Amino acid sequence: MSTGHSVELDSLFGDYPLDQAFDEMRQGSGDVRAQYRALAETLASLPPDELQRRKQSADLSFLTQGITFTVYGREEGTERIFPYDLLPRIVTAEEWDRIERGLTQRITALNLFLRDVYSDGKILNDRIIPRELVYSCKHYRRPMRGLQVPRNVYIAVVGSDLLRLNNGEFVVLEDNLRVPSGVSYMLTNRRVMKRTFPALFQSYGVRPIEHYPQVLLATLRSLAPEGRPEPNIVLLTPGVFNSAYFEHTYLARQMGIDLVEGRDLVTHDNIVYMRTTDGLKRVDVIYRRVDDDFSDPLIFRPDSSLGCAGLFNAYRAGNVTVANAFGTGLADDKAVYAYVPRMVRYYLNEDPILPNVETFLLSEEKDRRHVLSNLDKLVVKAVGESGGYGMLIGPHSTARQREEFARQIEANPRNYIAQPTLDFSRAPCLIGDRLEPRHVDLRPYILFGDKVNIVPGGLTRVALEKGSLVVNSSQGGGSKDTWVLE
Amino acid sequence: MLSRVADSLYWMSRYLERAENTVRQLDVTLSLMLDTGEVDLKARWQRMIAALGKPVGMDWNGSIESMSKSLVYDSLSPASVIYCLNGARENARQVREEISTEMWQRLNRLYHQMHSLHTQSQFTANTSDQLASVIDGIYLFKGTTDTSMIHGQGWQFIRLGRYLERAYSTATLLEVYQPDLFEAPSSESAGHLYLELVGLLRCCTSFEAYCQVYTADLSPDRILEFLLLNRDFPHAIHYCVDGAHQAIEGIQQTGGRRPPEELKAGIGKLSAMLRYTSISEIITGDTAGFLHTIREQCLRIHELIYRYYVHYSIQSALAV
Repeated sequence: MSTGHSVELDSLFGDYPLDQAFDEMRQGSGDVRAQYRALAETLASLPPDELQRRKQSADLSFLTQGITFTVYGREEGTERIFPYDLLPRIVTAEEWDRIERGLTQRITALNLFLRDVYSDGKILNDRIIPRELVYSCKHYRRPMRGLQVPRNVYIAVVGSDLLRLNNGEFVVLEDNLRVPSGVSYMLTNRRVMKRTFPALFQSYGVRPIEHYPQVLLATLRSLAPEGRPEPNIVLLTPGVFNSAYFEHTYLARQMGIDLVEGRDLVTHDNIVYMRTTDGLKRVDVIYRRVDDDFSDPLIFRPDSSLGCAGLFNAYRAGNVTVANAFGTGLADDKAVYAYVPRMVRYYLNEDPILPNVETFLLSEEKDRRHVLSNLDKLVVKAVGESGGYGMLIGPHSTARQREEFARQIEANPRNYIAQPTLDFSRAPCLIGDRLEPRHVDLRPYILFGDKVNIVPGGLTRVALEKGSLVVNSSQGGGSKDTWVLE
Repeated sequence: MLSRVADSLYWMSRYLERAENTVRQLDVTLSLMLDTGEVDLKARWQRMIAALGKPVGMDWNGSIESMSKSLVYDSLSPASVIYCLNGARENARQVREEISTEMWQRLNRLYHQMHSLHTQSQFTANTSDQLASVIDGIYLFKGTTDTSMIHGQGWQFIRLGRYLERAYSTATLLEVYQPDLFEAPSSESAGHLYLELVGLLRCCTSFEAYCQVYTADLSPDRILEFLLLNRDFPHAIHYCVDGAHQAIEGIQQTGGRRPPEELKAGIGKLSAMLRYTSISEIITGDTAGFLHTIREQCLRIHELIYRYYVHYSIQSALAV
């Protein structure tokens, strides 16, 4: 198959559209890219019903495993499986090498930035980043000022969202430095994929990702307080009603650590304990999946019962490590994001390997005027939000929505940024019994303890609705297994 | 083990045991209703409801089909099977990292089966099959539990919940049935009386086991002896109490602080009472009172478990 085509493949592709957007599987000419050729041959050789059968069996396996998430804003307790696309997204070794180096560089710089801002503030004194921008950030945490963080690691677990633009280059859309989720889907997708296409998987030489929980555990252990050689590590979850609860249980089980809720923890003399059937047991490291605001009612939101009263003081006393540290959301503020390339140059004296998406800061007069007159072409985002909430997608918006956003921008310009509407890459998905292209992003997971560790791959999220640009699971997105080749 | 986790495992297990008991009693009652004896439909239904602890909202309304269906599928009624299974799954979900994947999948499958609207709509036509398949699902879960989970503290809490719930519900069942057993109207035909006795045994899946010990010669005092005092049959109260006793010892062995003397004494006393009381003493004495004492002691043991393992005060724990 020198041209990569057969009659079967043509019928599978049907009128599969190709335009200026980068297609992960096919070149502009319609030829299948080299790394996708074996996959295309396998698909073409399967009887028509076989693909459907495998899809149903994969779906059923997600349901019985209880790999479901809760959708907010719908009927209480709506559990749905996270839609899963059968076809893998394939990343070549060269592409991955660049991503890995770029993310390592970026995370190192972001961590240095957090340390700097919460101690000396050199980058502010040198006027690389405006002081007001940092201090007005919703996620800036004053109590973190001057606090010594174990090994100076603020962000032990990061998930950065990458997009691939029309020229085939990867860019960073945002960094998730607070409590990034989705890694359990990465791991379960792989398990289901190995069962669905065993022979194909074997023939491809895919780099393994299954050791992620072990690396996470090692990362957490490396951050334990001094003098605790056998640290008691726990995962703190907001509880069963959190949309990522499945992931919390999954990771705790895979790491062999206790999954605790705020009500399991008590503090006494600045030491955190958990209540066990054998009495109180000291806690040394907390992998925190609860937002800053809800972690300690004495320091943060007083009306929250999800955290543990006294946790922050125990943390300040150095008796317990909390990962990620508090206040890391400062560095994933969407306005601070615009300055990350400058941080890389400032702290590391290197050029950024992975570029940013062009970003307009609405607090700047010139940018704001440009954005307000081009609202129909741009994407506007609230700086402190995540999960696809608080967004205006210009080309898909109504005049009324644009007016509403313009009003909000005028009222609080610091709260918004704008970016061009990106034509990011698409990958083929099985829709009905045909292949159709859908927009995809890539969220690799970066672990930072003794050193930076990135398991090869990550979660490829898919905007399953035709033409949609929103990949978030809370907004109807799905996912794919991501294969990084040897 | 986290106190909250122990609590959830214990209740997961109790809820499943309760669901199983309800299904079995309903199945037996429905089949007894086919043979119209002295006891009419309403009396049978009310007796079963009493044996289930007199849940509210389950009084006889004249339609056996709708009553049965709500006892199985009315998720708002705490007495229903589906309510118990929801409770078991919700508890399991909160300790998802403690139980094995196989256990979770098994329970999850049973949950989705119960919530299938198609299954629910077929209930009246397929009552007996559906009840059997719920019991099967619970058995599979128990088997999976015993084979796929570490037999550590968590497993002991599961056993503790199972045996305490079973001892309590069997004692309730016997308390409700025993007046009928000994004061059966003389007009009752031998055939019907036999069916009644078989029914009582089948409520505890113990008909065949009984026959192995006593032959098919059914008599009320022997049935009472078997269900109360047998030490080898898993549904007999004495066996359950011993099982709970072993589970508490197992919890202590894997723990290692504050020997709960009061708890050991509580369960030891109940076990000794069952061991050293003969059936003739029970029958000639206050039978109902004896059964009632068993229930009260079960409740007391439950409270002590909570006081020692779950809701202890921080001061008492720090003092050690």
